[in-house]
Amino acid sequence: MSEHPGILPREVSPKGDEGESRPKMVKNTGWRLFWQSVLARSYPRIIGQQRDISWMFFEVIMPMGAVIGYVLVYKALQAPQEYIGFVVIGGAMTAFWMNVLWSMSTQLYWEKEQGNLSLYIIAPNSMTSILLGMALGGMVATILRAAVIILLGSWMFGVQYVVVSPFELFAVFCLSMVALYGMGMMFASAFLLFGREAWALSDMVQEPVNLVTGFYFPVKSLPFWVAAIASAIPLTLGLDAMRQLAFPSGFKMGFLSTKVEILILVGLSVFFLVGAKWLLGYTEKLAIREGRLTEARR
Amino acid sequence: MPPFAIETEELGRIYKIRGTKKEKAIRKELVALADVNLKVEQGELFGLLGPNGAGKTTLIKILTTLLSPSSGRARVAGHDVIEAPELVRLCINMVSGGESSGYGLLTVRENLWMFSQFYGVPSKEAYRRIDELLKRVGIFDRRHTKSSDLSTGLRQKMNIVRGFMTDPQVLFLDEPTLGLDVGASREVRGLIREWLDEDKCRSLLLTTHYMVEADELCDRVAIINQGRVLACDTPSVLKQRLQKDAIFEIDTSPLNGLPVSKLESLPGVQKVSCQATDGGATLNFILKEEAALAAVFNSLSAANVKIMKLSKHEPTLEDVFVTLVGHSIADEDKGGESE
Repeated sequence: MSEHPGILPREVSPKGDEGESRPKMVKNTGWRLFWQSVLARSYPRIIGQQRDISWMFFEVIMPMGAVIGYVLVYKALQAPQEYIGFVVIGGAMTAFWMNVLWSMSTQLYWEKEQGNLSLYIIAPNSMTSILLGMALGGMVATILRAAVIILLGSWMFGVQYVVVSPFELFAVFCLSMVALYGMGMMFASAFLLFGREAWALSDMVQEPVNLVTGFYFPVKSLPFWVAAIASAIPLTLGLDAMRQLAFPSGFKMGFLSTKVEILILVGLSVFFLVGAKWLLGYTEKLAIREGRLTEARR
Repeated sequence: MPPFAIETEELGRIYKIRGTKKEKAIRKELVALADVNLKVEQGELFGLLGPNGAGKTTLIKILTTLLSPSSGRARVAGHDVIEAPELVRLCINMVSGGESSGYGLLTVRENLWMFSQFYGVPSKEAYRRIDELLKRVGIFDRRHTKSSDLSTGLRQKMNIVRGFMTDPQVLFLDEPTLGLDVGASREVRGLIREWLDEDKCRSLLLTTHYMVEADELCDRVAIINQGRVLACDTPSVLKQRLQKDAIFEIDTSPLNGLPVSKLESLPGVQKVSCQATDGGATLNFILKEEAALAAVFNSLSAANVKIMKLSKHEPTLEDVFVTLVGHSIADEDKGGESE
């Protein structure tokens, strides 16, 4: 969005030396420009998925391997039937987490390396719209992957869902996505700021996060304070609430009540979105001042 | 009176070079721009000439709001680049030579459409303009080709379309014909001139390594070296400055170790530049007077260097550049570092 929505596009150029005037291109500003930019930036992600289907292997078949592994362990241990469903949902949500951690977070850094970042900055749209477009594109593309995992897993292991409140389930999913991708947007700025050092950090936290978020088991199984700290990652509570809402005895294994979890997710969404906008602004200012925004390795 | 398209006042930029941990105490500084004063009028095609590391790209980055100046002020289309970058961005676009922007998975048309959306161009208008420009640069038949499948030259043409399609008030072209063959460069130069002539409110700042390009296209040029503007005028006025000098080109056999500096120190010799050729060298002399030629011949014959061809020519922009900077762009390309 332009910071100056009141500024109108030039409709007609002033007269030149030779008295020439030419109708000018009419361009959108304000919110129209903002949403135009969001949709345009989400386009490569969504269309890219159709043109490069290697994701089928890396983001569906590989996570399915982990899902199958956990299901077999639970079956061997004669765990409650709900656990199989927990694992399938967890496997699907892993796709979002991986997308945020490895694609969304690193995107601005890659844009800089590729030379797109400077073009985004000199354009009249806001960088927030670019970041939001990346998030939207990533989310839409990943929904398809997650859906494939859910369908495939449910079909293979005969998972049965009993949704008490479809509206609540949908709201939890949406809130989880907003908070998670808000966190991804914040990470994207952090990656731009810290470069390769942030990469190492992501690498380091990937497995511990996979553990404490409870992708393949109820987070309630963890000590309270570990689960509470893990709740800073939106998927922890999102996943917990979705399990409670999708399985009849899910609430017995829930960490907090769904109402509380929804409230916390709202808080996390606001925190991450505001934080992402602030950090992006800060990074942009700092980088323009120090000259490291468009210089790959100065 | 309309505002200048570009205006800089005492513009300076210093980079702080971050060294290794041991060197942290001694932070080096690099002066990329110093006291640059330029005024580019509306409708003008302004060229920026300089060797690598002269500060051309730094200046463009400041003017396009990508970098803040360390001192001085800069205005583009009447807006201050620091105080109102969002207003500057409404009026500009930029294309750099050899850039690999866009996404390889998208087609040429899709990439261009995507960038047009960041400028608020309605989709219908964007497609119309994209098709028109693609036809103009001769790659309309490649509009559905993925950009990853394009050659360097075709990709550069796509980038050039990206710059023009948003109809900017001020366009920055940083080495736009880099990587293009002769025919494609000519087409791009034609497009640049045509675009400017269409509307007298449009302005263009161009940096180029090709002197002929600057001479042919630019209304005025500034020669910049080590962050300072050494001269700024129309190409013809700059060349007239050398009119009183005698400019000779001498093709010789190999120089047998004869240093160019020795020739340059001869009385009456102002500047010498040398380019190696197949089986010899081409020496360009700028002499204060023709009589100095005798001393040049003597020095060459003392070093057993044979003269194959001698010609006198009118001063070119290249000669102006050599006189001001001390060496030619070609010399720079051989041993220079990237900016």
